[in-house]
Amino acid sequence: MTTRELTYVKAFNEGMHQAMAADPDVFLIGEDVAGYGGVFHMFDGLLTEFGEARVKDTPIAEQAIIGLGVGAAARGLRPVCDLMFMDFIGVAMDQIFNQAAKMKYMFGGAVSVPLTITTAGGAGMSAAAQHSQSLEAWLAHIPGLKVAMPASPYDAKGLIVGAIRDDNPTIVVLNKRMLGLKGPVPEELYSIPMGVANVVHTGSDVTIIAMGRMVVEADKAVAALGEQGISAELIDPRTVQPLDIDTIITSVKKTNRVLIVHEAVEFGGIGAEISSQIQERAFDYLDAPVARLAAPFAPVPYAPVLENAYVPDAPRIAAAVRRLVERS
Amino acid sequence: MSHATITSGPRQGYADHASRDLILDLHRRMVRIRLFEESAGKLVESGDMPGFLHLYVGQEAVAAGVMSVLSDADQITSTHRGHGHAIAKGAEFRPMFAELYGKTTGYCKGRGGSMHIVDMNRGMLGANAIVGGGIPIAVGAAFASQYRGDGGVAASFFGDGATNIGAFHEAVNMAAVWDLPVLFVCENNGYAEFTSQERHMKLIDIAERAASYGMPGVIVDGMDALAVRAVALEAVERARRGGGPTLIEAKTYRYFDHQGIKGMRIPYRDPAEVEAWKSRDCIRLIEAIGVERGLVSADEFGEVWAQTQADVTDGIDFARTSPDPDPADILDDVYTV
Repeated sequence: MTTRELTYVKAFNEGMHQAMAADPDVFLIGEDVAGYGGVFHMFDGLLTEFGEARVKDTPIAEQAIIGLGVGAAARGLRPVCDLMFMDFIGVAMDQIFNQAAKMKYMFGGAVSVPLTITTAGGAGMSAAAQHSQSLEAWLAHIPGLKVAMPASPYDAKGLIVGAIRDDNPTIVVLNKRMLGLKGPVPEELYSIPMGVANVVHTGSDVTIIAMGRMVVEADKAVAALGEQGISAELIDPRTVQPLDIDTIITSVKKTNRVLIVHEAVEFGGIGAEISSQIQERAFDYLDAPVARLAAPFAPVPYAPVLENAYVPDAPRIAAAVRRLVERS
Repeated sequence: MSHATITSGPRQGYADHASRDLILDLHRRMVRIRLFEESAGKLVESGDMPGFLHLYVGQEAVAAGVMSVLSDADQITSTHRGHGHAIAKGAEFRPMFAELYGKTTGYCKGRGGSMHIVDMNRGMLGANAIVGGGIPIAVGAAFASQYRGDGGVAASFFGDGATNIGAFHEAVNMAAVWDLPVLFVCENNGYAEFTSQERHMKLIDIAERAASYGMPGVIVDGMDALAVRAVALEAVERARRGGGPTLIEAKTYRYFDHQGIKGMRIPYRDPAEVEAWKSRDCIRLIEAIGVERGLVSADEFGEVWAQTQADVTDGIDFARTSPDPDPADILDDVYTV
């Protein structure tokens, strides 16, 4: 397998190209995905390679974009429907949580919905409250959906291919601040299945569970902590639904301390669910309460100084870990 | 770019050449809906059957007329008031009653109930309990046919109330822009639940909305199955030729309440209005045509009613004696594995 450095967005783009080349049932629709290649250039070159029948610009109509995908998926195609910014998901929510998510179950298994929804989430670009959210917990709460949050170029390619090949409605949440991040990516087509966590670093003193761009920040924190003699294990769940809880529990039983980091608001976030499952399955192994570091319960603010205060970063992750270690 | 045309009803003489077979076909579809629903309504209101029933009785000509021009390969999406669409598309009584009873032998293995009947073998892509929710899905089914070039069409059924929801406007516009092979069939029964049309929109003719999207709009008498069939046939032929979607507004009426037969007993409709619509009953109308033209005898129509009633009884017996679902299986089919 030949591997080279690619940016996160180029890796995603390569995954789209290869998945569409491999399966004629895959098509892409969304706002400005064809002629413009998507506002983040996620879809560059697809129109040229696959033509207007398979790569289509839509009206600004998120319900119809997702609804069309649901109907086409129920008929056996593998649509990729782009929602541009994750914040726009609310406009299409009925088609996502009442239709795509429930058809399989409420129709007694008669229908599968192999639909992929792509979107970009996350703060840090002064895009303000309606272009910066991290809403994965909202989606992960709905039985029938799967939610992937690639945190590296390797995963951006592997998870989009995995989502397209999955027979369930799957939302792939790219992070806007990670688009230019470089990392090793194999040239060949490969697929990462949903529900398999990535142990980014192994360690013995504490487990950090981070999602999306917080994996990058936690990665920096792990390096800084190492210099201070603290060995941190870093786990990226990769998908928050399904959640690879077994990998997390195994780690917790080894390190006995846990910090969960996400960019979404803390209240009712994925961290609350992970924390609860840890205390249910590994309470006797814990040397300290499960700690969370996440956004405060406020919309994402605009001013850079406010936004920087809002989103967790490497120094605050390292500080939270030190508090955990010092406690016991 | 295109300019839409709004027309009223099928061309003159649409019923002149109706054959005996066609009259019997439409009649049978309508009688099956009516007897299924009258029985189901009574079973729920007597407490024998669980759930909510939104009954279609009165509107049968719309489902029968449209479905008579579709094949099993053509797809439909339906509504909370969806029994009629399923039955007219060919769904069988046994798994329908079993689904209403919440049994494993039901169309959805007891997972869906009255508002979610599905029959993928007959192109019934599911009833939908979110008003307007099925409209974009039908557009997706039509897209799949266009994408594959398989010649299939889709039809989405919805009420007057659904044409006020965003999903309708988004989906209809996208279908028009992409010339998708889809029929938007608005069953205008005059009420969005308990709110009359003049209280929920300024328009009298919903077909006029087609002009906003650059597609043809057609108004048709929804109590006349032959008229519905004639306009549906024209729309389906246009769709199959690549001519894009059509909005059909069928003016019709539901005899029973929004939910159930007796329902909420809210006095939102004038009893004289109900009786006026019943005097133009779709089944009586087609029976009169058949008998007057000497194509079908009254006795032959009577046999259809008798046979259908026997099928209803058989379906209920099947459902009652079918096994309940096992709670141990409650997680099955949340995901495709």
